[in-house]
Amino acid sequence: MSDYRGVAAYCEAKGEKLLPIALEGLGIGRKLASDLSQELIAIIMGSNISGLASQAITGGADKVYVVDEPLLKDYQADPYVTAMKKIVDQVKPGVLIIGQTDSGRDLAPRLAFRIGTTVTMDCVELAIDPESKRLLQTKPVYGGNAMAVFTSDTDPQIVSIRTKAMPAATQDPSRKGEIIAFPAGLDASVIRTKFVDRVTEEVAGIKLEDAQVVVAGGRGIGGPDGFKQLDELARVLKGALGASRPPCDNGWIPDSAQVGLTGKIIAPDLYIAIAISGSSQHMSGCSGAKTIIAINKDREANIFRYARYGVVGDWKKVLPAFTAKMKELLAS
Amino acid sequence: MNIIVCVKQVIDPEAPPSTFKIDTATNRAEMRGSPSVVDPYSEYAVEASLKIREARGGKISILSLGNNLLREVVKKTVAMGADELILLEDEAFTGGDTWSVAGALAAGIRKIGQVDLILCGREASDTNAGQTGPAIAEMLGLPCVTLARKVEINDGKARVERVTAGGFDVIEMPLPGVITISNEVGEPRYPTIKGIMAAKKKEPVVWKPADIGLGPANVGSAGRRLMLRRLFQPVREGKCDFAGGDSPEEAAGRLALKLREARLL
Repeated sequence: MSDYRGVAAYCEAKGEKLLPIALEGLGIGRKLASDLSQELIAIIMGSNISGLASQAITGGADKVYVVDEPLLKDYQADPYVTAMKKIVDQVKPGVLIIGQTDSGRDLAPRLAFRIGTTVTMDCVELAIDPESKRLLQTKPVYGGNAMAVFTSDTDPQIVSIRTKAMPAATQDPSRKGEIIAFPAGLDASVIRTKFVDRVTEEVAGIKLEDAQVVVAGGRGIGGPDGFKQLDELARVLKGALGASRPPCDNGWIPDSAQVGLTGKIIAPDLYIAIAISGSSQHMSGCSGAKTIIAINKDREANIFRYARYGVVGDWKKVLPAFTAKMKELLAS
Repeated sequence: MNIIVCVKQVIDPEAPPSTFKIDTATNRAEMRGSPSVVDPYSEYAVEASLKIREARGGKISILSLGNNLLREVVKKTVAMGADELILLEDEAFTGGDTWSVAGALAAGIRKIGQVDLILCGREASDTNAGQTGPAIAEMLGLPCVTLARKVEINDGKARVERVTAGGFDVIEMPLPGVITISNEVGEPRYPTIKGIMAAKKKEPVVWKPADIGLGPANVGSAGRRLMLRRLFQPVREGKCDFAGGDSPEEAAGRLALKLREARLL
């Protein structure tokens, strides 16, 4: 394990820009690299992405490896794992950070088990153990009821990090770094699966991940009609509509509105939880919100342990009055 | 179609969070007063296998791992409609990480032999990792698609809808292969009376490490590569400011005023 050095961050991109999670990976990566007095290495993969390397350097990377090949156009495990393994075999980083996105969830374990090392998924905290210099990998378990701290003796120590759990790198346009084009020499024969189509089913209006205000409903909303009332409040507050898992499973609202461990993880300024009990699996998706407001008929509901403001009552009576009052206040 | 579904037995994730306790001496968690259950994510995988069998025919084998697995819990999958139950059960299997658990599951799958499709839940509700399916795929050298919301089998291929943040991708995978199932596949069906009767009569096949060609150093805690240093419950102090009133409408109005005063809106 001794010849593995440096902290690598895989920087996922969309179009012309690195994703926010890539800058979060660089942010924590820079800190870990400094604690180890080692280099921060960024890895960028895709097709026609050579313009992105400079964003990784201003985000703190000392070196950027760029794999730019047509076979990496859409994420598929086989070409991505193959290319990433080639980089890891050559660069030998001690730590590899990957974002917990829908492709990161797939890439990180496939890579780890192909290499023969460990991976800890969905980390919310990473630190270097001062004694062993190994990575302390903290992640929520039991749906957020508990936290587990893991270490590993195999290299590279691969982790995926939860979105919005760690501060993003601050961009410094004056930073300099080295850009290395890495030809992975991918052969189409490594790809066993076939990418057929991408279907987007975004909810109209403001994107849930980007919204400053989110109005979310739970099982207690009872049906699709109730969500129309929530949507009205969301419109008044120029926010987005979200939900816990049961309304999505019941088809009251599209799956893409789901907030939680198995849905989206968001960190809006304001999260208004209506008829949501606050299961750990749901709170994993919204506990990063600056302020949580809860309306629930059960005073003992878990959501009130997270909420800054709350009303105990039937949402069917509370919500219309709240929406009306907000309209009035915002108009004045 | 021979389908293997990997099923985990876990502490009940739907039990009230207040009953969740950690034994710091053993680094184990429990839900006080609630028995173990079939992992809800595993149930989605069982549901997906039943849908595939309805469309294509075939046989569904459930593969589970642990020690002292509760028979009435693992048999629920048979009551739902699975055909066969294989347990990797031994004290030596306890305390594993994904390396040792997926290694044993992969060895069990090799022993079963003829398999077209391996299904797992997208993650387990206790570890929330989502590594076991991909790990099995790598260990067996099979293709893998994760986070499936729909699976259709045609001409030796699986057509999979894979959940993404903005919708889904459609991916084709040749068989045999591994697919992990997400909750969007649809609510798992309830056991039928006929299924419950069948489950009562069905005795599981039990394999020890030696039966699947593994030595004691490769299984359970001995086979770990990831070390659990600490397991703890984050402290959370509730400090909710409740808006009250004589009626729900009055409370709602006060809440709006409080938010305005705090300059939150």
